[in-house]
Amino acid sequence: MEEPILQVKDLNVKFGEEEVIRNLSFKVRRGEFLIVLGPNGAGKTTLFKAILGLIPSNGQIIWLTKENPKIGYLPERLSQDKFKNLPILVREFFHFKEKLDEKIFNILQEVGLVPQEVLNKNPGALSSGQFQRMLIAWSLISEPEILFFDEPATGIDIGGEETIYSLLEKFWKRKNLTILLITHDLDIVYKYATNVLCLSKKEVCCFGPPKEILTPKALEKVYGTRIKFYEHKH
Amino acid sequence: MGQFLLSLISAIFIGGVAGYLGSVMITKRMGLVGGPLGHLALPGVALALVFHFNVFYGALLTVILGGILIWLLEIKTKAPMEALTGLVFAAGVALGFLILPFTEEHQLEEALIGDITKISFADTVLTVILCVLIFIIIKHIYSKLIMTEISEDLARIEKINTKKYNFIYLCCIALLVALTVKLVGGLLPVALFVIPALTSRNFSKGSFQYSFGALTLGAISSVLGIFLSKSYNLPAGLLIILISTLFFLISIIFKRGQ
Repeated sequence: MEEPILQVKDLNVKFGEEEVIRNLSFKVRRGEFLIVLGPNGAGKTTLFKAILGLIPSNGQIIWLTKENPKIGYLPERLSQDKFKNLPILVREFFHFKEKLDEKIFNILQEVGLVPQEVLNKNPGALSSGQFQRMLIAWSLISEPEILFFDEPATGIDIGGEETIYSLLEKFWKRKNLTILLITHDLDIVYKYATNVLCLSKKEVCCFGPPKEILTPKALEKVYGTRIKFYEHKH
Repeated sequence: MGQFLLSLISAIFIGGVAGYLGSVMITKRMGLVGGPLGHLALPGVALALVFHFNVFYGALLTVILGGILIWLLEIKTKAPMEALTGLVFAAGVALGFLILPFTEEHQLEEALIGDITKISFADTVLTVILCVLIFIIIKHIYSKLIMTEISEDLARIEKINTKKYNFIYLCCIALLVALTVKLVGGLLPVALFVIPALTSRNFSKGSFQYSFGALTLGAISSVLGIFLSKSYNLPAGLLIILISTLFFLISIIFKRGQ
């Protein structure tokens, strides 16, 4: 595995008097597919926002890149409803980041969309699967080094979900990206993650390759209840 | 003829740019901000009439002060901008109506509904320059303002300084409201911003069509309003608003489905 791209040291985040993250430390290596796992309220989204500087925090966020890191980010709950009320086309949404239509065409094709079918539509008028693919294309178009995805398959059916994650894996491998992803889905963790970071009640419960560290006991510690995971081998 | 041309030119630029800026305001759900800000011009207009200086500068002073106050309150309290605008406007209107009784009777109508027929050459030049400046600024930051509306987090990741652009945007609104006072007085600026944008929204696809549609409709309403005003000797500002409303009602027929 390659050298570290990001180091988080003694991260603390408070909302008012409430501690949401306490003394969190970990490293992310270049090319890693790190999944952040944990129950609701564990601080997963807060962790992302603190790393990205979107909320105040204490501790150190150290980017180990030569220049300012090129970051792609898809926040949780970026819903289509927001776009439905905006007079904006997919083409114009992409123009926020990239003016060349050729590049936009290419990235849309790479995520499995037909550019001619979507470019002149409002993003709110796409199907949920098309919308998620479009968002992934949007996050990739500026060729980021590291991507933060917060539950990218929310609201997608099972088939669509599988497609979204396959797509992410394809780009991860092809472009040597570093991906940090939040999900509740253990199947996804075992299938794609090189490392998993488990959060529970502000603390790190585990960090490492999922097959080694996601024991039933570890999962119980994370979720506060017994969880058994049966891997389906087809 | 000369005075008519000055009125026409001023009205076209004010109406067009107000429509363009209104397209952003509607998108950011700030359509009603134009109303209270226009009312904030009242104390400034009243002061200008009492002390016999240009109403534009009087309006600009109080609108700018009001805009800055709303911006500072939003940063401090994180309360919705529309609520804060309501707070500041209420205070401004109260102040304005305290000063208005000291104006002469014929000036009262000018303060409330405007009178573009008296605009001077110098004021027309100033109006055109400021309108062009506001248009260029808003065009430059348009996509950043829309991005902020989609997701403030995404905008910040894209290195968009949301506070800075919101401030610039508010200043542009304040400046344009001060200009609209000549055309529609302190009571009705909201109409110049909102109605063309709402009309354009009904038939446009995408933000380019929407924003330039609003600009075009604003300008056309102004042209027709000025011509009708000259023909029937009625207040131009009121006619512009009614024509704009008529366009909106017609546009409902062409409203695009989702």
